[in-house]
Amino acid sequence: MPYAVEVSGLTKQFVRRQGRKRERLVALDGVSFAIARGECVAVLGQNGSGKSTLVRVLSTLLLHDGGSAHVFGHDVVRDADAVRRLVNRVSVEASFFKRMSASENLSYAARFYGLAPSQTRRQIPEILEAVGFPTARANAPMEDLSRGMQQKVALARALLTSPTLLLLDEPTTGLDPRSKREVQEFIRSVRRAHDTTTLLCTHDMAEAEALADRVGILDGGRLLALDTAEALRRRYDAPTLEDAFLVATGRAFEEEEEEAA
Amino acid sequence: MRAQTIALMGVVERNTYLVKRYGWWELAFFIWTVANTLTIVFIAKGVEATGGTLDVERQTASLLIGAVIWSYLGIVFEILTETVAWERWEGTIEYTFMAPLSRAVHLVGMGAFGVLYGLLRTAALFAVVALFFGLAFPGANFFAALVLLAVASVSFVGVGMVTAILPLVSPEKGAQLGFIAQGMLLVVSGVYYPVDVMPGWMQAIATISPATYALHGIREAVLDGGDLGAIWSDLWPLLILGVVAIPAGLAVFRAGERYAKRHGKLKRSG
Repeated sequence: MPYAVEVSGLTKQFVRRQGRKRERLVALDGVSFAIARGECVAVLGQNGSGKSTLVRVLSTLLLHDGGSAHVFGHDVVRDADAVRRLVNRVSVEASFFKRMSASENLSYAARFYGLAPSQTRRQIPEILEAVGFPTARANAPMEDLSRGMQQKVALARALLTSPTLLLLDEPTTGLDPRSKREVQEFIRSVRRAHDTTTLLCTHDMAEAEALADRVGILDGGRLLALDTAEALRRRYDAPTLEDAFLVATGRAFEEEEEEAA
Repeated sequence: MRAQTIALMGVVERNTYLVKRYGWWELAFFIWTVANTLTIVFIAKGVEATGGTLDVERQTASLLIGAVIWSYLGIVFEILTETVAWERWEGTIEYTFMAPLSRAVHLVGMGAFGVLYGLLRTAALFAVVALFFGLAFPGANFFAALVLLAVASVSFVGVGMVTAILPLVSPEKGAQLGFIAQGMLLVVSGVYYPVDVMPGWMQAIATISPATYALHGIREAVLDGGDLGAIWSDLWPLLILGVVAIPAGLAVFRAGERYAKRHGKLKRSG
Protein backbone atom coordinates (compact mmCIF):
# COMPACT_ATOMS: atom_id res chain seq x y z
CA MET A 1 0.00 0.00 0.00
CA PRO A 2 1.58 3.31 -1.04
CA TYR A 3 2.16 6.13 1.40
CA ALA A 4 -0.27 9.03 1.26
CA VAL A 5 2.72 11.29 0.60
CA GLU A 6 6.18 10.13 -0.34
CA VAL A 7 8.84 12.75 -0.99
CA SER A 8 12.41 11.83 -1.86
CA GLY A 9 15.36 14.19 -2.32
CA LEU A 10 13.07 17.04 -3.38
CA THR A 11 14.88 20.16 -4.54
CA LYS A 12 13.64 23.52 -5.78
CA GLN A 13 15.51 26.73 -6.47
CA PHE A 14 14.28 30.10 -7.64
CA VAL A 15 16.31 32.60 -9.57
CA ARG A 16 15.91 36.26 -8.73
CA ARG A 17 17.34 39.07 -10.77
CA GLN A 18 18.81 42.02 -8.93
CA GLY A 19 19.96 44.41 -11.62
CA ARG A 20 22.41 42.42 -13.74
CA LYS A 21 23.04 39.89 -11.03
CA ARG A 22 21.16 36.63 -10.75
CA GLU A 23 20.64 35.30 -7.30
CA ARG A 24 19.72 31.68 -6.60
CA LEU A 25 17.41 31.05 -3.67
CA VAL A 26 17.18 27.52 -2.38
CA ALA A 27 13.60 26.76 -1.39
CA LEU A 28 13.87 22.99 -0.95
CA ASP A 29 17.16 21.21 -0.45
CA GLY A 30 16.89 17.43 -0.66
CA VAL A 31 13.72 17.03 1.39
CA SER A 32 12.68 13.43 2.04
CA PHE A 33 9.81 12.10 4.15
CA ALA A 34 6.70 9.95 4.00
CA ILE A 35 3.23 10.31 5.49
CA ALA A 36 1.04 7.30 6.15
CA ARG A 37 -2.61 7.28 5.15
CA GLY A 38 -4.78 9.02 7.77
CA GLU A 39 -1.78 10.58 9.52
CA CYS A 40 -1.45 14.27 10.35
CA VAL A 41 2.04 15.70 9.98
CA ALA A 42 2.90 19.28 10.90
CA VAL A 43 5.85 21.08 9.38
CA LEU A 44 7.28 23.95 11.42
CA GLY A 45 9.39 26.61 9.81
CA GLN A 46 9.93 30.32 9.53
CA ASN A 47 8.78 32.41 6.58
CA GLY A 48 10.92 31.39 3.64
CA SER A 49 11.87 28.03 5.10
CA GLY A 50 10.23 26.22 2.17
CA LYS A 51 6.88 25.21 3.71
CA SER A 52 4.70 26.85 1.06
CA THR A 53 6.98 25.62 -1.73
CA LEU A 54 6.51 22.08 -0.44
CA VAL A 55 2.71 22.51 -0.37
CA ARG A 56 2.73 23.97 -3.89
CA VAL A 57 4.80 21.11 -5.28
CA LEU A 58 2.41 18.57 -3.71
CA SER A 59 -0.60 20.40 -5.09
CA THR A 60 0.91 20.44 -8.64
CA LEU A 61 1.29 24.24 -8.66
CA LEU A 62 5.09 24.23 -8.83
CA LEU A 63 7.47 22.05 -10.83
CA HIS A 64 10.38 20.86 -8.72
CA ASP A 65 13.96 20.73 -9.99
CA GLY A 66 15.06 17.36 -8.62
CA GLY A 67 13.96 14.40 -6.55
CA SER A 68 10.43 13.07 -6.59
CA ALA A 69 7.07 13.57 -4.92
CA HIS A 70 4.22 11.08 -4.95
CA VAL A 71 0.66 11.35 -3.61
CA PHE A 72 -0.94 7.95 -3.06
CA GLY A 73 1.57 6.54 -5.53
CA HIS A 74 0.91 9.16 -8.23
CA ASP A 75 3.84 11.27 -9.39
CA VAL A 76 2.93 14.96 -8.93
CA VAL A 77 4.27 15.88 -12.38
CA ARG A 78 3.56 12.83 -14.55
CA ASP A 79 0.18 11.97 -12.96
CA ALA A 80 -0.83 15.51 -12.05
CA ASP A 81 -4.49 14.93 -13.00
CA ALA A 82 -4.77 11.96 -10.64
CA VAL A 83 -3.11 13.95 -7.84
CA ARG A 84 -5.49 16.88 -8.35
CA ARG A 85 -8.50 14.62 -7.82
CA LEU A 86 -7.13 13.61 -4.39
CA VAL A 87 -5.80 16.88 -3.00
CA ASN A 88 -7.21 20.15 -1.74
CA ARG A 89 -5.65 22.97 0.14
CA VAL A 90 -6.30 25.78 2.60
CA SER A 91 -3.70 28.53 2.60
CA VAL A 92 -2.97 31.51 4.79
CA GLU A 93 -4.80 33.81 2.37
CA ALA A 94 -8.46 32.91 1.99
CA SER A 95 -8.40 33.59 -1.76
CA PHE A 96 -11.83 34.21 -3.27
CA PHE A 97 -13.57 36.42 -5.78
CA LYS A 98 -14.32 39.04 -3.16
CA ARG A 99 -17.48 40.45 -4.73
CA MET A 100 -19.01 37.00 -5.05
CA SER A 101 -20.75 35.38 -2.10
CA ALA A 102 -19.58 32.35 -0.13
CA SER A 103 -22.24 30.23 -1.86
CA GLU A 104 -21.21 31.41 -5.31
CA ASN A 105 -17.50 30.84 -4.64
CA LEU A 106 -18.16 27.36 -3.29
CA SER A 107 -20.58 26.52 -6.07
CA TYR A 108 -18.26 27.17 -9.02
CA ALA A 109 -15.25 25.66 -7.19
CA ALA A 110 -17.23 22.45 -6.57
CA ARG A 111 -18.08 22.22 -10.30
CA PHE A 112 -14.35 22.10 -11.06
CA TYR A 113 -14.31 18.84 -9.06
CA GLY A 114 -17.28 17.42 -10.96
CA LEU A 115 -19.99 18.18 -8.37
CA ALA A 116 -23.30 18.87 -10.10
CA PRO A 117 -25.78 21.58 -8.99
CA SER A 118 -28.11 18.90 -7.61
CA GLN A 119 -25.32 17.86 -5.18
CA THR A 120 -24.09 21.30 -4.15
CA ARG A 121 -27.57 22.69 -3.47
CA ARG A 122 -27.68 20.37 -0.46
CA GLN A 123 -23.98 20.10 0.39
CA ILE A 124 -23.01 23.78 0.49
CA PRO A 125 -25.42 24.80 3.29
CA GLU A 126 -24.48 21.61 5.18
CA ILE A 127 -20.74 22.18 5.01
CA LEU A 128 -21.05 25.88 5.84
CA GLU A 129 -23.00 24.93 8.93
CA ALA A 130 -20.43 22.29 9.81
CA VAL A 131 -17.55 24.80 9.79
CA GLY A 132 -19.58 27.16 11.95
CA PHE A 133 -20.30 29.71 9.23
CA PRO A 134 -23.57 31.61 9.79
CA THR A 135 -25.76 30.42 6.92
CA ALA A 136 -27.64 33.73 6.91
CA ARG A 137 -24.44 35.30 5.51
CA ALA A 138 -24.02 32.72 2.74
CA ASN A 139 -25.16 35.13 0.05
CA ALA A 140 -23.21 38.15 1.32
CA PRO A 141 -20.14 39.21 -0.72
CA MET A 142 -16.91 37.75 0.66
CA GLU A 143 -15.48 41.26 1.05
CA ASP A 144 -18.12 41.94 3.73
CA LEU A 145 -17.03 38.96 5.84
CA SER A 146 -14.45 38.93 8.63
CA ARG A 147 -11.10 37.20 8.09
CA GLY A 148 -12.21 34.37 10.37
CA MET A 149 -15.41 33.81 8.40
CA GLN A 150 -13.49 33.89 5.11
CA GLN A 151 -11.12 31.24 6.44
CA LYS A 152 -14.08 29.05 7.41
CA VAL A 153 -15.35 29.33 3.83
CA ALA A 154 -11.86 28.35 2.65
CA LEU A 155 -12.06 25.24 4.82
CA ALA A 156 -15.53 24.52 3.47
CA ARG A 157 -14.23 24.88 -0.11
CA ALA A 158 -11.49 22.33 0.55
CA LEU A 159 -13.74 19.85 2.35
CA LEU A 160 -16.61 20.11 -0.13
CA THR A 161 -14.50 18.13 -2.59
CA SER A 162 -13.78 15.35 -0.04
CA PRO A 163 -9.99 15.47 -0.40
CA THR A 164 -8.03 12.38 0.57
CA LEU A 165 -5.01 14.60 1.23
CA LEU A 166 -5.62 17.97 2.88
CA LEU A 167 -2.80 20.50 2.64
CA LEU A 168 -3.08 23.21 5.28
CA ASP A 169 -0.67 26.09 4.79
CA GLU A 170 -0.87 28.25 7.92
CA PRO A 171 -4.68 27.98 8.03
CA THR A 172 -5.06 29.87 11.31
CA THR A 173 -2.45 32.62 10.87
CA GLY A 174 -4.01 36.01 11.57
CA LEU A 175 -7.20 34.64 13.08
CA ASP A 176 -8.51 35.81 16.42
CA PRO A 177 -8.22 33.21 19.25
CA ARG A 178 -11.88 32.16 19.01
CA SER A 179 -11.83 31.66 15.23
CA LYS A 180 -8.49 29.89 15.53
CA ARG A 181 -9.90 27.46 18.07
CA GLU A 182 -13.00 26.83 15.92
CA VAL A 183 -10.91 26.11 12.83
CA GLN A 184 -8.59 23.80 14.78
CA GLU A 185 -11.56 21.95 16.27
CA PHE A 186 -13.01 21.49 12.81
CA ILE A 187 -9.71 20.09 11.49
CA ARG A 188 -9.79 17.59 14.37
CA SER A 189 -13.38 16.62 13.63
CA VAL A 190 -12.58 16.07 9.95
CA ARG A 191 -9.75 13.73 10.92
CA ARG A 192 -12.09 11.84 13.26
CA ALA A 193 -14.92 11.56 10.74
CA HIS A 194 -13.04 10.96 7.48
CA ASP A 195 -10.02 9.06 6.31
CA THR A 196 -8.19 12.29 5.51
CA THR A 197 -4.42 12.59 5.55
CA THR A 198 -3.26 16.06 6.59
CA LEU A 199 -0.06 17.99 6.00
CA LEU A 200 -0.13 21.09 8.19
CA CYS A 201 2.43 23.83 7.66
CA THR A 202 2.40 26.27 10.52
CA HIS A 203 4.22 28.82 12.63
CA ASP A 204 2.21 27.83 15.64
CA MET A 205 4.01 25.36 17.92
CA ALA A 206 0.94 24.71 20.08
CA GLU A 207 -1.18 24.10 16.99
CA ALA A 208 1.38 21.65 15.60
CA GLU A 209 1.57 19.77 18.89
CA ALA A 210 -2.20 19.70 19.34
CA LEU A 211 -3.15 18.56 15.85
CA ALA A 212 -0.28 16.51 14.49
CA ASP A 213 0.89 12.95 15.04
CA ARG A 214 4.42 13.95 14.01
CA VAL A 215 6.16 17.29 13.69
CA GLY A 216 8.84 18.22 11.17
CA ILE A 217 11.32 21.10 11.37
CA LEU A 218 12.08 22.72 8.02
CA ASP A 219 14.88 25.26 7.87
CA GLY A 220 16.51 26.78 4.80
CA GLY A 221 14.76 24.22 2.64
CA ARG A 222 16.14 21.28 4.66
CA LEU A 223 14.03 18.98 6.77
CA LEU A 224 16.09 18.77 9.95
CA ALA A 225 13.86 16.40 11.85
CA LEU A 226 10.50 14.65 11.70
CA ASP A 227 9.19 12.84 14.73
CA THR A 228 6.59 13.05 17.47
CA ALA A 229 6.69 16.26 19.52
CA GLU A 230 7.79 14.24 22.55
CA ALA A 231 10.63 12.59 20.62
CA LEU A 232 11.79 15.96 19.29
CA ARG A 233 11.93 17.40 22.80
CA ARG A 234 13.96 14.39 23.93
CA ARG A 235 16.24 14.47 20.89
CA TYR A 236 17.14 18.13 21.40
CA ASP A 237 16.99 17.89 25.20
CA ALA A 238 14.49 20.76 25.24
CA PRO A 239 11.59 21.40 27.62
CA THR A 240 9.30 22.77 24.88
CA LEU A 241 8.84 22.34 21.14
CA GLU A 242 9.92 25.94 20.64
CA ASP A 243 13.17 25.20 22.47
CA ALA A 244 13.63 22.10 20.34
CA PHE A 245 13.17 24.24 17.23
CA LEU A 246 15.70 26.75 18.56
CA VAL A 247 18.30 24.07 19.18
CA ALA A 248 17.64 22.33 15.85
CA THR A 249 17.91 25.47 13.71
CA GLY A 250 20.30 27.47 15.85
CA ARG A 251 18.09 30.54 15.87
CA ALA A 252 14.90 31.92 17.34
CA PHE A 253 11.61 31.10 15.70
CA GLU A 254 10.74 34.75 15.11
CA GLU A 255 13.75 35.32 12.83
CA GLU A 256 12.74 35.23 9.21
CA GLU A 257 14.60 34.00 6.19
CA GLU A 258 14.20 35.64 2.83
CA GLU A 259 11.07 34.24 1.29
CA ALA A 260 11.64 32.28 -1.90
CA ALA A 261 8.10 31.39 -2.90
CA MET B 1 -16.37 13.13 -19.41
CA ARG B 2 -19.33 13.97 -17.15
CA ALA B 3 -17.01 15.59 -14.61
CA GLN B 4 -15.39 17.74 -17.32
CA THR B 5 -18.80 18.81 -18.65
CA ILE B 6 -19.80 19.88 -15.14
CA ALA B 7 -16.46 21.68 -14.79
CA LEU B 8 -17.12 23.54 -18.05
CA MET B 9 -20.48 24.61 -16.62
CA GLY B 10 -18.56 25.82 -13.57
CA VAL B 11 -16.42 28.15 -15.68
CA VAL B 12 -19.50 29.64 -17.34
CA GLU B 13 -21.29 29.83 -13.97
CA ARG B 14 -18.41 31.71 -12.35
CA ASN B 15 -18.22 34.28 -15.13
CA THR B 16 -21.99 34.75 -14.99
CA TYR B 17 -21.73 35.51 -11.24
CA LEU B 18 -18.98 38.03 -11.96
CA VAL B 19 -21.04 39.84 -14.60
CA LYS B 20 -23.98 39.90 -12.19
CA ARG B 21 -21.90 41.16 -9.27
CA TYR B 22 -20.29 43.88 -11.41
CA GLY B 23 -23.55 44.81 -13.19
CA TRP B 24 -23.14 48.58 -12.89
CA TRP B 25 -19.59 48.37 -14.19
CA GLU B 26 -20.83 46.34 -17.14
CA LEU B 27 -23.38 49.06 -17.87
CA ALA B 28 -20.69 51.75 -17.63
CA PHE B 29 -18.45 49.86 -20.06
CA PHE B 30 -21.37 49.37 -22.43
CA ILE B 31 -22.01 53.11 -22.46
CA TRP B 32 -18.30 53.69 -23.13
CA THR B 33 -18.43 51.21 -26.03
CA VAL B 34 -21.47 52.99 -27.50
CA ALA B 35 -19.68 56.36 -27.24
CA ASN B 36 -16.52 54.91 -28.78
CA THR B 37 -18.48 53.36 -31.64
CA LEU B 38 -20.30 56.63 -32.31
CA THR B 39 -16.99 58.49 -32.66
CA ILE B 40 -15.99 56.07 -35.42
CA VAL B 41 -19.33 55.81 -37.21
CA PHE B 42 -19.66 59.62 -37.35
CA ILE B 43 -16.59 59.66 -39.61
CA ALA B 44 -18.72 58.87 -42.68
CA LYS B 45 -20.99 61.85 -42.02
CA GLY B 46 -17.93 63.99 -41.32
CA VAL B 47 -16.35 63.15 -44.68
CA GLU B 48 -19.58 64.07 -46.46
CA ALA B 49 -19.88 67.34 -44.50
CA THR B 50 -16.36 68.35 -45.54
CA GLY B 51 -17.13 67.88 -49.24
CA GLY B 52 -16.14 64.25 -49.76
CA THR B 53 -18.29 62.09 -51.98
CA LEU B 54 -19.36 58.71 -50.71
CA ASP B 55 -22.44 56.58 -50.10
CA VAL B 56 -22.92 57.84 -46.54
CA GLU B 57 -25.44 55.21 -45.46
CA ARG B 58 -23.35 52.30 -46.75
CA GLN B 59 -20.13 53.74 -45.34
CA THR B 60 -21.82 54.38 -41.97
CA ALA B 61 -23.02 50.79 -41.88
CA SER B 62 -19.59 49.51 -42.91
CA LEU B 63 -17.89 51.49 -40.14
CA LEU B 64 -20.51 50.24 -37.68
CA ILE B 65 -19.71 46.62 -38.59
CA GLY B 66 -15.99 47.32 -38.09
CA ALA B 67 -16.59 48.95 -34.70
CA VAL B 68 -18.92 46.17 -33.59
CA ILE B 69 -16.41 43.45 -34.51
CA TRP B 70 -13.70 45.42 -32.69
CA SER B 71 -15.94 45.51 -29.62
CA TYR B 72 -16.80 41.80 -29.93
CA LEU B 73 -13.16 40.80 -30.22
CA GLY B 74 -12.39 43.03 -27.24
CA ILE B 75 -14.95 41.20 -25.08
CA VAL B 76 -13.75 37.71 -26.10
CA PHE B 77 -10.11 38.64 -25.45
CA GLU B 78 -11.00 40.43 -22.23
CA ILE B 79 -12.86 37.43 -20.82
CA LEU B 80 -9.95 35.14 -21.66
CA THR B 81 -7.09 37.44 -20.68
CA GLU B 82 -8.58 39.46 -17.87
CA THR B 83 -10.04 36.45 -16.12
CA VAL B 84 -6.57 34.91 -15.75
CA ALA B 85 -5.16 38.29 -14.63
CA TRP B 86 -8.12 38.78 -12.29
CA GLU B 87 -7.76 35.29 -10.81
CA ARG B 88 -4.10 35.95 -10.19
CA TRP B 89 -4.91 39.21 -8.46
CA GLU B 90 -7.62 37.64 -6.28
CA GLY B 91 -5.34 34.69 -5.56
CA THR B 92 -7.91 32.14 -6.76
CA ILE B 93 -5.74 31.07 -9.68
CA GLU B 94 -3.86 28.51 -7.59
CA TYR B 95 -7.17 26.89 -6.62
CA THR B 96 -8.31 26.82 -10.24
CA PHE B 97 -5.01 25.41 -11.47
CA MET B 98 -4.89 22.68 -8.82
CA ALA B 99 -8.44 21.53 -9.57
CA PRO B 100 -8.95 18.43 -11.74
CA LEU B 101 -10.23 20.62 -14.54
CA SER B 102 -8.50 20.00 -17.85
CA ARG B 103 -6.88 23.11 -19.24
CA ALA B 104 -8.71 22.61 -22.55
CA VAL B 105 -12.08 22.57 -20.75
CA HIS B 106 -11.05 25.54 -18.62
CA LEU B 107 -10.11 27.69 -21.61
CA VAL B 108 -12.91 26.51 -23.88
CA GLY B 109 -15.35 27.29 -21.04
CA MET B 110 -13.99 30.81 -20.75
CA GLY B 111 -14.07 31.19 -24.52
CA ALA B 112 -17.66 29.90 -24.68
CA PHE B 113 -18.73 32.42 -22.06
CA GLY B 114 -16.83 35.16 -23.90
CA VAL B 115 -18.58 34.30 -27.17
CA LEU B 116 -22.06 34.16 -25.60
CA TYR B 117 -21.61 37.33 -23.58
CA GLY B 118 -19.86 39.05 -26.48
CA LEU B 119 -22.75 38.21 -28.83
CA LEU B 120 -25.29 39.68 -26.39
CA ARG B 121 -23.30 42.87 -25.81
CA THR B 122 -22.45 43.25 -29.49
CA ALA B 123 -26.04 42.73 -30.63
CA ALA B 124 -27.15 45.42 -28.17
CA LEU B 125 -24.39 47.76 -29.38
CA PHE B 126 -25.32 47.17 -33.02
CA ALA B 127 -29.01 47.85 -32.30
CA VAL B 128 -28.36 51.04 -30.29
CA VAL B 129 -25.99 52.61 -32.85
CA ALA B 130 -28.13 51.54 -35.83
CA LEU B 131 -31.14 53.18 -34.17
CA PHE B 132 -29.10 56.31 -33.41
CA PHE B 133 -28.19 56.74 -37.09
CA GLY B 134 -31.56 55.50 -38.35
CA LEU B 135 -29.85 52.76 -40.32
CA ALA B 136 -32.06 50.15 -41.96
CA PHE B 137 -30.81 46.84 -43.29
CA PRO B 138 -33.73 45.65 -45.45
CA GLY B 139 -31.77 43.07 -47.44
CA ALA B 140 -29.37 41.98 -44.73
CA ASN B 141 -28.79 38.26 -44.16
CA PHE B 142 -28.22 38.28 -40.41
CA PHE B 143 -28.31 34.48 -40.25
CA ALA B 144 -25.32 34.18 -42.58
CA ALA B 145 -23.52 36.92 -40.63
CA LEU B 146 -24.15 35.11 -37.36
CA VAL B 147 -22.90 31.78 -38.75
CA LEU B 148 -19.75 33.49 -40.00
CA LEU B 149 -19.18 35.19 -36.64
CA ALA B 150 -19.68 31.88 -34.81
CA VAL B 151 -17.10 30.15 -37.04
CA ALA B 152 -14.69 33.10 -36.70
CA SER B 153 -15.14 32.96 -32.93
CA VAL B 154 -13.37 29.58 -32.81
CA SER B 155 -10.24 31.25 -34.17
CA PHE B 156 -10.72 34.29 -31.92
CA VAL B 157 -10.87 32.00 -28.87
CA GLY B 158 -7.67 30.26 -30.07
CA VAL B 159 -5.86 33.61 -30.32
CA GLY B 160 -7.39 34.62 -26.98
CA MET B 161 -5.85 31.52 -25.35
CA VAL B 162 -2.43 32.81 -26.40
CA THR B 163 -3.09 36.24 -24.91
CA ALA B 164 -4.56 34.66 -21.75
CA ILE B 165 -1.16 33.30 -20.72
CA LEU B 166 0.47 36.74 -20.91
CA PRO B 167 -0.58 37.82 -17.37
CA LEU B 168 1.19 34.74 -16.01
CA VAL B 169 4.37 35.31 -17.98
CA SER B 170 4.34 39.05 -17.24
CA PRO B 171 2.09 39.68 -14.22
CA GLU B 172 2.40 43.47 -14.40
CA LYS B 173 1.93 44.14 -18.13
CA GLY B 174 0.58 40.91 -19.56
CA ALA B 175 -3.08 41.89 -19.58
CA GLN B 176 -2.31 45.06 -21.54
CA LEU B 177 -0.49 42.96 -24.12
CA GLY B 178 -3.87 41.40 -24.85
CA PHE B 179 -5.12 44.77 -26.05
CA ILE B 180 -2.05 45.09 -28.26
CA ALA B 181 -2.83 41.69 -29.81
CA GLN B 182 -6.42 42.81 -30.43
CA GLY B 183 -5.24 46.02 -32.12
CA MET B 184 -2.61 44.23 -34.23
CA LEU B 185 -5.15 41.67 -35.40
CA LEU B 186 -7.65 44.30 -36.47
CA VAL B 187 -5.27 46.80 -38.05
CA VAL B 188 -4.21 44.23 -40.66
CA SER B 189 -7.74 42.94 -41.17
CA GLY B 190 -9.44 45.96 -42.71
CA VAL B 191 -11.42 46.96 -39.69
CA TYR B 192 -12.53 50.35 -41.11
CA TYR B 193 -11.11 50.15 -44.65
CA PRO B 194 -10.64 47.63 -47.45
CA VAL B 195 -7.62 45.37 -47.03
CA ASP B 196 -6.29 46.36 -50.48
CA VAL B 197 -5.50 49.93 -49.37
CA MET B 198 -2.76 48.57 -47.07
CA PRO B 199 0.88 47.98 -48.10
CA GLY B 200 1.61 44.58 -49.64
CA TRP B 201 3.30 43.15 -46.52
CA MET B 202 0.26 44.03 -44.40
CA GLN B 203 -2.04 42.43 -46.98
CA ALA B 204 0.06 39.27 -46.73
CA ILE B 205 -0.43 39.17 -42.95
CA ALA B 206 -4.15 39.84 -43.46
CA THR B 207 -4.51 36.49 -45.23
CA ILE B 208 -3.79 34.61 -41.98
CA SER B 209 -5.95 36.82 -39.76
CA PRO B 210 -9.40 35.40 -39.00
CA ALA B 211 -10.70 38.96 -38.51
CA THR B 212 -10.07 39.68 -42.23
CA TYR B 213 -12.55 37.00 -43.30
CA ALA B 214 -14.99 37.81 -40.48
CA LEU B 215 -15.15 41.50 -41.44
CA HIS B 216 -15.36 40.89 -45.19
CA GLY B 217 -17.97 38.15 -44.90
CA ILE B 218 -20.16 39.94 -42.38
CA ARG B 219 -20.14 43.10 -44.50
CA GLU B 220 -21.16 41.05 -47.52
CA ALA B 221 -23.99 39.36 -45.59
CA VAL B 222 -25.29 42.51 -43.89
CA LEU B 223 -24.73 45.13 -46.60
CA ASP B 224 -25.31 43.00 -49.72
CA GLY B 225 -27.54 40.25 -48.33
CA GLY B 226 -25.00 37.51 -49.16
CA ASP B 227 -26.11 34.01 -48.19
CA LEU B 228 -23.88 31.18 -46.95
CA GLY B 229 -22.96 30.32 -50.55
CA ALA B 230 -21.93 33.90 -51.26
CA ILE B 231 -19.73 34.10 -48.17
CA TRP B 232 -18.21 30.64 -48.62
CA SER B 233 -14.94 32.23 -49.75
CA ASP B 234 -14.72 33.74 -46.26
CA LEU B 235 -16.11 30.73 -44.40
CA TRP B 236 -13.67 28.05 -45.53
CA PRO B 237 -10.50 29.93 -44.52
CA LEU B 238 -12.14 30.52 -41.13
CA LEU B 239 -12.85 26.80 -40.76
CA ILE B 240 -9.19 25.99 -41.47
CA LEU B 241 -7.92 28.75 -39.16
CA GLY B 242 -10.27 27.52 -36.43
CA VAL B 243 -8.96 23.96 -36.66
CA VAL B 244 -5.40 25.29 -36.28
CA ALA B 245 -6.04 28.09 -33.77
CA ILE B 246 -7.50 26.12 -30.83
CA PRO B 247 -4.76 23.43 -30.61
CA ALA B 248 -2.10 26.11 -31.21
CA GLY B 249 -3.61 28.37 -28.53
CA LEU B 250 -3.77 25.49 -26.08
CA ALA B 251 -0.18 24.48 -26.78
CA VAL B 252 1.06 28.04 -26.18
CA PHE B 253 -1.01 28.34 -22.98
CA ARG B 254 0.33 25.03 -21.68
CA ALA B 255 3.91 26.11 -22.43
CA GLY B 256 3.28 29.37 -20.56
CA GLU B 257 1.71 27.48 -17.67
CA ARG B 258 4.77 25.23 -17.44
CA TYR B 259 6.99 28.33 -17.40
CA ALA B 260 4.88 29.88 -14.63
CA LYS B 261 4.99 26.67 -12.59
CA ARG B 262 8.74 26.34 -13.09
CA HIS B 263 9.42 29.92 -11.95
CA GLY B 264 6.72 30.22 -9.28
CA LYS B 265 4.70 32.85 -11.13
CA LEU B 266 1.25 31.47 -10.40
CA LYS B 267 1.48 32.87 -6.93
CA ARG B 268 0.19 36.37 -6.35
CA SER B 269 2.85 38.71 -5.08
CA GLY B 270 1.69 41.95 -3.53
